[in-house]
Amino acid sequence: MQTPSVIIVLVALCLASFFFGRKRSETLALREGGYSSLHSLPKHYGYMAAAWAAIPALLILLVFTVSEDRYIQDAVIAQLPGAIQTLPAEQLGLYYNQVLGFAQGGIDGQELDETQLSAARYYQQLASQFSMVKAAGVFLAALIGCLLVLKGIHTRLRARNHVESIIQWVLFGCSFIAVVTTLGIVLSVLFEAIRFFQVIPLTDFLFGLEWSPQMAIRADQVAASGSFGFVPLLVGTLLISAVAMVIAVPVGLMSAIYLSEYATRRFRAITKPVLEILAGVPTVVYGFFAALTVAPFIRNLGESVGLSVASESALAAGIVMGIMIIPFVMSLSDDIINAVPDSLREASLGMGATLNETIRKVLLPAALPGIVGGILLAVSRAIGETMIVVMAAGLSAKLTANPLEAVTTITVQIVTLLVGDQEFDSPKTMAAFALGLVLFFVTLLLNVIALYVVRRYREQYE
Amino acid sequence: MSNPSSPDNTSLIRSSLKKRYARERRFKLYGLLAVLTGFMFLFVLLADIVIKGTPAFTQHFIQVTIDLDPDALGVAPGASAEELQAANFGGAIKRGLREMFPDVTSRKDKRALYRMISIGAEYDLRDLLLEQPELLGQKKEIWLRAHSEAGSYLKGQVDTELAEEDRKVKNNLIGWLDRLEAQGKTESRFNVAFFTSGDSREPELAGIKAALYGSFFTLMVTFCLAFPIGVLAAVYLEEFAPRNRLTDLIEININNLAAVPSIVFGLLGLAVFINFFEMPRSAPLVGGIVLSLMTLPTIIITSRAAIQAVPPSIRQAALGVGASQLQTVFHHVLPVAMPGILTGSIIGMAQALGESAPLLMIGMVAFIMDVPGGVSDPSTVLPVQIFLWADSPERGFMEKTSAAIMVLMGFLILMNAVAIYLRRRFETH
Repeated sequence: MQTPSVIIVLVALCLASFFFGRKRSETLALREGGYSSLHSLPKHYGYMAAAWAAIPALLILLVFTVSEDRYIQDAVIAQLPGAIQTLPAEQLGLYYNQVLGFAQGGIDGQELDETQLSAARYYQQLASQFSMVKAAGVFLAALIGCLLVLKGIHTRLRARNHVESIIQWVLFGCSFIAVVTTLGIVLSVLFEAIRFFQVIPLTDFLFGLEWSPQMAIRADQVAASGSFGFVPLLVGTLLISAVAMVIAVPVGLMSAIYLSEYATRRFRAITKPVLEILAGVPTVVYGFFAALTVAPFIRNLGESVGLSVASESALAAGIVMGIMIIPFVMSLSDDIINAVPDSLREASLGMGATLNETIRKVLLPAALPGIVGGILLAVSRAIGETMIVVMAAGLSAKLTANPLEAVTTITVQIVTLLVGDQEFDSPKTMAAFALGLVLFFVTLLLNVIALYVVRRYREQYE
Repeated sequence: MSNPSSPDNTSLIRSSLKKRYARERRFKLYGLLAVLTGFMFLFVLLADIVIKGTPAFTQHFIQVTIDLDPDALGVAPGASAEELQAANFGGAIKRGLREMFPDVTSRKDKRALYRMISIGAEYDLRDLLLEQPELLGQKKEIWLRAHSEAGSYLKGQVDTELAEEDRKVKNNLIGWLDRLEAQGKTESRFNVAFFTSGDSREPELAGIKAALYGSFFTLMVTFCLAFPIGVLAAVYLEEFAPRNRLTDLIEININNLAAVPSIVFGLLGLAVFINFFEMPRSAPLVGGIVLSLMTLPTIIITSRAAIQAVPPSIRQAALGVGASQLQTVFHHVLPVAMPGILTGSIIGMAQALGESAPLLMIGMVAFIMDVPGGVSDPSTVLPVQIFLWADSPERGFMEKTSAAIMVLMGFLILMNAVAIYLRRRFETH
């Protein structure tokens, strides 16, 4: 039986368990003098029976589904002739995939030899046996679970509490997914990155000044290994982020000051949502805007004053990234400025300071730690931003601080290394995971520092 | 009591007042300028896209007299549908064009002439004949789709001032098109194909239907996973979680995940779902799972805020009449918090709809012509389609890209409008 049909039968079994459970509790209740003699409502007994039918059965189904492919693969390979079994892992994988494709009806058998055909038949036989066992195991578990509950039902059984504790565990499981996700991210990038660092030494990666991940196709080719120096990527990333900050911080901060201190309520009510549209625009749209409008504009502008500007200049990508981050800086600074106690503001105004003196000499110094925290969050945004730089920044890693030249970033390299066909074990793909690891930890560090600074700042005025 | 310096101070302050007020006005002006700069950026961005994208919603057709003679098409009179499938429609179109312009004789010019009509036109002609078999043997004036280059001239996008070798549309093509236009044999129509076909190598044939379906399936998977898990997690953290280290760990993780760059989720998807669990590449299923992990923090954080905002009196009343904690939450608290939760979820879904970086990682960048039929078919999504088109050098694709952006932004505005509507209703309660 296939997994979907197993699940359908299992759902039917659970429904049946629910009705039996409810019926059984009702029968017991009537025998002992009415529903009031039951601890819980009849439906709770039904839920309990259904839950006990479903949970063990689902666990068994999970175990079988996960182990199915590997078990069958090992068994099929084990009965292949010895000469084939000793093939290198890649060729054996290819060989087995042909068998698999034929057995599942994906390819026709004309290109396969006799051993493969018999292996395919063996595969089909094994697979059908395995799914029989799987279905039997699942149904048996469901039946046993259900029967145990049915047998255990008596009027004082605290079925509701039981069901509710199961549901609480489910709730806990849902929130624990966040931890599992983080763990998954760390493990998946770390695992590949460690394999990468076995090939390329960590110091070469961290301090190398050249990045050209083109690996040779043949081992005897000149320059057989690419160079994986991370410094040019870091410089490029920081350059573009710096340009973005030069745009986003003054505009965002001044807008926030104007809107919270000077603007009328109505002006603020209209302006803020409109500016926040900028935050809702998908990044791919910004990328298109940067690559096809801003970059040519800047190049023409540069040429008209006699500067040579690369067509994929860091300036174009940075400016557009800055536009994207404006609302982010604005709403963070707005929150921070509003958190400054009114007493400070009133004291300064009461002494006869003008509003701008109050803002510059009292509000901003008081809000400075919070604003710095907000800017750090914005920087982490800029470093992790992908689509704008993929579309508007360059591919070649150049070590330069000139924003008119083309530079590349960490995210651009991750995308170029991983998009398209590639074998999974080459240093090129593993390099992408190493970059991912760096990216994850740099942004994590920035966020942790920023959140800590902002929290300390808030606590100061609470 | 007299203070000798006091009149001095006053005059000092008075004399500086003008300067201080000027500075005040300047500062206010800077603030206003910053706000206006933000507005200007938004305006330029939107105007740029609308101006570039609007032409893509129309398409030019050229009227060609075509002889649907069975002999010339290479089929027998009264041919069956199957025979018609294989008929030589391309030849019929070329003959029609030659008859319209008998003065075109050289091979090179003829080839240029044929390029006036889209290669998709043969299939349109075939479909027309399959629909109305009685046309076979007749000579008829038929509107055919123009090639994207001819179309761009007819839309007035070609700068004829430019030297001939610098532009793709050559003088002979311009001459023919001008003649056709004078005869009233060109027509601009609403570009239906843009919404009813998948991707194509030819700009005039490319459409967003496949990408729209891909986006729809991906978002369905995302919603089905992220919404229940997010809401249940929020319920747990707000109503049941004990104050201990484990709960702190979960909260820290949620806050950090909200700030992890989206591309890192793509790496997770590639390493875990595709390489370890061997799920299909390019499938909305994997894309949806990755996006749901990415939107979970948003949904959890906004749902928690909505649950917090439910007045404690509702909880106390339910508990007071004997409801269990779980019944209180699911029967009384959640329904009140639902509009707020939905608002947050819609905003999370809008984020997921516009996201493309993690999907590049899991192979949703394939060239997809066919509309996907389910969550495990190879597909692409609207933002990735925009990314792919933006990379194409043809001018025709640039306007397609902008038009696809307009459609995407339309959906986002719609989703946000629904979210704002829900929030308004929620606030009045």
